[in-house]
Amino acid sequence: MPQGSDIVRSEDLLNRFRLGDLNAFESLFREHQRSVYGWILRIVRDPAAAEDLMVETFWRIHRAHARFEPARSFEPWARRIATRAALDWLRARRTESGSADLDQDVADLPSKPAPDPGIAAEIRLKASQAFARLPPGLRIAAVLSVVEEQPHKDVAAALGISVGAVKLRVFRAIRLLRKDLLGQGITP
Amino acid sequence: MTRQEEDRIKQLLQQSLPPVDPAAEPSRDLWPAVLRRIDAEPAAVPGPARQNWFDWALLAGLVVFAVSFPATIPVFLYYL
Repeated sequence: MPQGSDIVRSEDLLNRFRLGDLNAFESLFREHQRSVYGWILRIVRDPAAAEDLMVETFWRIHRAHARFEPARSFEPWARRIATRAALDWLRARRTESGSADLDQDVADLPSKPAPDPGIAAEIRLKASQAFARLPPGLRIAAVLSVVEEQPHKDVAAALGISVGAVKLRVFRAIRLLRKDLLGQGITP
Repeated sequence: MTRQEEDRIKQLLQQSLPPVDPAAEPSRDLWPAVLRRIDAEPAAVPGPARQNWFDWALLAGLVVFAVSFPATIPVFLYYL
């Protein structure tokens, strides 16, 4: 539990950040970089892209420092900006390459898939390809809620939508995946 | 789609896209890159709120109205 002096220190840090103090910004970066990086990585599933997006996210955070309300928590605000940056990246990538080559991303991940003998590798590959074809907004909701098992309220806060809208997006994502898999001759 | 199908697709998704290692961290210190980015594109100085689409729509409406009914222009000017 944070002590009184920690709370004062934290408020002071956030106030200084809001006023554009670069040292305060660096302290916040050091404090939150790991969790923000983890959040971005969960969405884009590509370590190199996650690092680029970290830079983009903290640049956006710095740019928006004057709009930050010190009474609010820094991390959810940072996650929301990170999610927006990741969404922009997914949209740009989708436009550039048509369907993304997620297979390579899966291969690059720090934690490799734990193969389930009940599910053939080919089916898993097709499922990951179908997932890559989902609209980015649905994809983020599905990956955070279903794969990463993040609480709906955290996903909703990061996306700037309601919990009900998150559930709806997950449902639509699952329905589209089912349709895509059926189109490939896979009956889930 | 039945509940069972939904659960099976979720399970397939979890098998196809394994959860990210919670201990994952950047391979290098990214602070210097953040500083370079800030130097390249300095933060905007806080100023008046950005114009949003509604402001532009209102302005366009006024222009269309003034062109359609030019006799009202002096009335507008009077109230400015």
